Amino acid sequence: MAKSALLKSSIAKKYWMALTGLFLCLFLAGHLAGNLQLLLPNASEKFNAYALFMTTNPAVKILSYLTYISIIFHAVDGILLTFQNRAARPVRYVKTNPAANSGFASRNMAVLGTVILIFIVTHMVNFWARMHFDKNIPLMKTTISVKGQEPREFYVGTGDGQYYMVDQVALEGEAKDTTANMMMMPKQLKIVNRTEVYNAGANVKVGNVYKDLHKITVDFFRDPKVGLLATLGYVIAMLALAFHLWHGFQSAFQSLGINNKFTPTIKFVGRAFAIIVPLLFAIIPLYIHFTK
Amino acid sequence: MASKSININLKVWRQKNAKANGAMETYKLDDVSTDSSFLEMLDQLNEQLVTEKKEPVAFDHDCREGICGMCSLFINGRAHGPETGITTCQLHMRSFKDGDTIYIEPWRSKAFPVVKDLVVDRSAFDRIQQAGGFVSVNTSGNTIDANSIPVPKQDADKAFEAAACIGCGACVATCKNGSAMLFVGAKVSQYALLPQGQVEATDRVLNMVRQMDEEGFGNCTNTGACEIECPKGISLENIARMNREFLKASSK
Amino acid sequence: MKLDSKIPEGPLAEKWTNHKDHLKLVAPNNRPKIDIIVVGTGLAGASAAASLGEMGYNVKAFCFQDSPRRAHSIAAQGGINAAKNYQNDGDSVYRLFYDTIKGGDYRAREANVHRLAEVSGNIIDQCVAQGVPFAREYGGTLDNRSFGGVQVKRTFYAAGQTGQQLLLGAYSALSRQIGLGRVKMYNRHEMLELVKVDGKARGIIARNLITGEIERHAAHAVVIASGGYGNVYFLSTNAMGSNVTAAWKIHKQGAAFANPCYVQIHPTCIPVHGTNQSKLTLMSESLRNSGRIWVPKKKEDAEAIRAGKLKPTQIAEEDRDYYLERRYPAFGNLVPRDVASRAAKERCDAGYGIESNATHEGVYLDFSSEIKNKGKEVAYAHGNHNPSEEEIIKLGKQWIEEKYGNLFQMYQKITDENPYETPMKIYPAVHYTMGGVWVDYNLQSTIPGCFVAGEANFSDHGANRLGASALMQGLADGYFVLPYTVSNYLADEIRTGKISADLPEFLEAEKSVKDQIEKFLNNNGSKSVDHFHKELGHIMWNKVGMARNEQGLKEAIEDIAKLREEFHKDVYVPGSAEELNPELEKAFRVADFLELGQLMAMDALQRKESCGGHFRDEYQDAEGETLRDDENFSFVGAWEYKGKDINQEQLHKEELKYEFIKIAARNYK
Repeated sequence: MAKSALLKSSIAKKYWMALTGLFLCLFLAGHLAGNLQLLLPNASEKFNAYALFMTTNPAVKILSYLTYISIIFHAVDGILLTFQNRAARPVRYVKTNPAANSGFASRNMAVLGTVILIFIVTHMVNFWARMHFDKNIPLMKTTISVKGQEPREFYVGTGDGQYYMVDQVALEGEAKDTTANMMMMPKQLKIVNRTEVYNAGANVKVGNVYKDLHKITVDFFRDPKVGLLATLGYVIAMLALAFHLWHGFQSAFQSLGINNKFTPTIKFVGRAFAIIVPLLFAIIPLYIHFTK
Repeated sequence: MASKSININLKVWRQKNAKANGAMETYKLDDVSTDSSFLEMLDQLNEQLVTEKKEPVAFDHDCREGICGMCSLFINGRAHGPETGITTCQLHMRSFKDGDTIYIEPWRSKAFPVVKDLVVDRSAFDRIQQAGGFVSVNTSGNTIDANSIPVPKQDADKAFEAAACIGCGACVATCKNGSAMLFVGAKVSQYALLPQGQVEATDRVLNMVRQMDEEGFGNCTNTGACEIECPKGISLENIARMNREFLKASSK
Repeated sequence: MKLDSKIPEGPLAEKWTNHKDHLKLVAPNNRPKIDIIVVGTGLAGASAAASLGEMGYNVKAFCFQDSPRRAHSIAAQGGINAAKNYQNDGDSVYRLFYDTIKGGDYRAREANVHRLAEVSGNIIDQCVAQGVPFAREYGGTLDNRSFGGVQVKRTFYAAGQTGQQLLLGAYSALSRQIGLGRVKMYNRHEMLELVKVDGKARGIIARNLITGEIERHAAHAVVIASGGYGNVYFLSTNAMGSNVTAAWKIHKQGAAFANPCYVQIHPTCIPVHGTNQSKLTLMSESLRNSGRIWVPKKKEDAEAIRAGKLKPTQIAEEDRDYYLERRYPAFGNLVPRDVASRAAKERCDAGYGIESNATHEGVYLDFSSEIKNKGKEVAYAHGNHNPSEEEIIKLGKQWIEEKYGNLFQMYQKITDENPYETPMKIYPAVHYTMGGVWVDYNLQSTIPGCFVAGEANFSDHGANRLGASALMQGLADGYFVLPYTVSNYLADEIRTGKISADLPEFLEAEKSVKDQIEKFLNNNGSKSVDHFHKELGHIMWNKVGMARNEQGLKEAIEDIAKLREEFHKDVYVPGSAEELNPELEKAFRVADFLELGQLMAMDALQRKESCGGHFRDEYQDAEGETLRDDENFSFVGAWEYKGKDINQEQLHKEELKYEFIKIAARNYK
């Protein structure tokens, strides 16, 4: 009895909503902290380093899987609940006045959640997927000027002080020794597996370079065609997130059975979280878009 | 305070029986005293209908002092009408203005099927109570003395506040999900707060929640609408307490 | 018909114990073979059904509401008495017994009342064990308050919702039995006939109020716990559906109906507001603990108030007539209900009423003194020995709110006036009926196998019930009396076998109910049921109300007979038989009220004395107090049905013997 209750009952479904929701709040906080680096000076280095850490660190990996599961569970559970809830009132009222007794956010969690889910999917297509699968992902470059010489472009290596002259690196899939560069020196380095730098001749790995997520991001929001649209889309999604959190944060505690003298504090923190986090998230695309 | 008369328009859900289709019907009612209660206004409508040899509107009501929980009615989009902290029978016509159009609908919930017009079947609540809303103590002349187990006043007061539920179903009617969590939460809380309820706490909450789910009530989204519309001001704390009790019971 | 009260021999305090010890039992293995029908699920019905089900009998319980939890016991506000003496103020079983007998104006059975007092403590134990959240003190023990007509604090309460909490307790016990399958519950069913086979009650005919189906239910015994008949007055504190039908049907089948004229008019109700009013709302008697009742001393002030030229708060202290404190200094505002009601009527009849309606019927219940007193107490308790006037009033209002908040809110919702600022307006209203079906010590009516419990029986309250005693009696009957006495009756039924609901008696009863339904639906008259009910209410209130006299009663008897005739000729009942038809339900109830009303007037006419809730203008002393005639009227008046003409009903007298209490004039001065 007890075990099946923990899976099937309406209350248990709410526990899971609450737990996954709260975990996703933690994720949001972490994600925000990383993203805020986009607003710092020298953003590109810090941000790309952070992106590398986030995609490679084993602990982060576990967390990220938990996040994926949470998102999926939160969404699927939410959809199930919504269908059940719709079924609980097969005949609707002719006249309703819901604003008299409940907030907008609390009544529209499913709609807001759907907006957020759509956002997450597009967001992941735009960034996460490219980070993970794009063969032609841009790599982080830097321009180093040595006195008296032409400034030169280097790929930034992940090791301390490692730089690889762009001219020296053959990108993956790039045809070797094409007629076009016959004139030039054969490239000594090549990129394998998107970020691994190999000595082309000896076929020995010499280091790693950064994926340039920063560039992807900046380009995305500054795209002459869709940049403005993307920026607006992100702001709207963050608005939806704000409303979702406005209700969801404190609601999760209620679902978990926490309603006591700390509840006013929880509500306050929840609302502050619901305003601050999406606001800061939204500032980033706005900043990027409008500071070309 | 001065009483006056108003003329109103009514849009009332009429439905012959559980199987028939229903529809909103419009009625005009004149000379309604603002001192009348809402149900007395419906009495007046019915008297008018009977005089015209039409069938009066069926609606549930009994004590007419806000305690039996029999009256229901979704009035102008709200359970028990525009005021808070009262039942429909305690709503007075002074809450309305001359010329107002008032929508009157039955509670809408899968678990509360319409019986006729504005009357619904709330026996789902009874079945939830039967599933565990009791302390299994037999009648005997020799139960232990009432004062032998002291109960902290605070707990007793909270238990009373939860037990003040009149089972009217406004929480279900007003909840966008048709959830019965406030009703069940209040019952579970009453016993959870008293030492007498401890022995069966595990089975009680599991059985009552199972029955609640089986009846087809929706889930709790914590909108808080139930708490606002509850004529007895039952607090959401009771839902949280049930959630705790359920977690405790499920993990046993 | 012979009335045998079956009061056991022996010393008063040992009667019940001895009796119980010698009652016959039904063995556990035989109980499932026996069916019991319980009609009504208030305190008496629900507790009886739960207890009998728990014992192992097959119980079928019926209520007309949509759930057993709605029964009108739920509306009782103030509390429940029990001789626990938790407050150490000298209470005892004897004192509760004595107060109840005295409160009932020496018109109740000693043995019954003593039993009630004996089991009162068990009720509290039982309810607490069930999880009823009574009010408690900070130390965790149960709190008590005081009620009218007594000088101890023995009333247990749960804010102003004691009846609700006790009923929900009984309902939870009942629900448990329903869940276990030992009680089968029939919601939205109304009993419309009792079926007798060979002189014994063997079942009922009930109408399923949803489908309209007429059902035959058979059993070895029938318990009627259908409440009181206050709605005969149309306006009363009863629920709209409260009715006498079940009790009246068994009366017509041979159960004597006792003391119908004993009606309790509760002194603290909200006055009538207008012609469309459907019911009256009680303000708990517990308010009289804190409120002082007054009217202006000067008639011109009363007139000015009625005209809206003066506010009650503008009447100076010395211009107020606290008439209860003046007339009854010992009990003051806490005199019994009948005394308080009549005193209010006396002032209003004399022209001091303050309500601005046609009758001027209203007096003030004022909390300003209590607000000041309690505010000061609370301030002192908080260490503030020099509180300002505002602080005192603020604290006092808080104290009042904690104690009576829900009642004050209820008052404000109904009247649109704030009782924290201005005194409440109150006036007596019909509340409780002490009369009812005559039962013997075993709660069995004059029909074998037909038991009657709670307000439906003529009960233990004599001519007037003390506050907080109705809940006690309902639960005593259901929990602690019927399980023993019904078993005693059923011990002879273990060989009877299943009762068939297809016996000719059932079919005949079913047919008569169906015929009656047909008759109503095809009557095609011109007036609604409510029209007749209101007419009846007018006659009853004016002529069989708080004060009665010979001429008025004789008129009432004729008026009601006439009205009844007109009703059957001219009532219009819309709709059909096979559906939810509230007008049809009402028609059945009003038909019975019309017969009962006449009998009430007849009973009031024959009782040529004043006692408790029955006040005859002709029988009062120089100060307007009741004048009892113990020599000629120390009896229970039980009426036997003799056919359609109510005037033919025959009066039987059960002498009341006071062996243990010295009968005396009631004195609350």
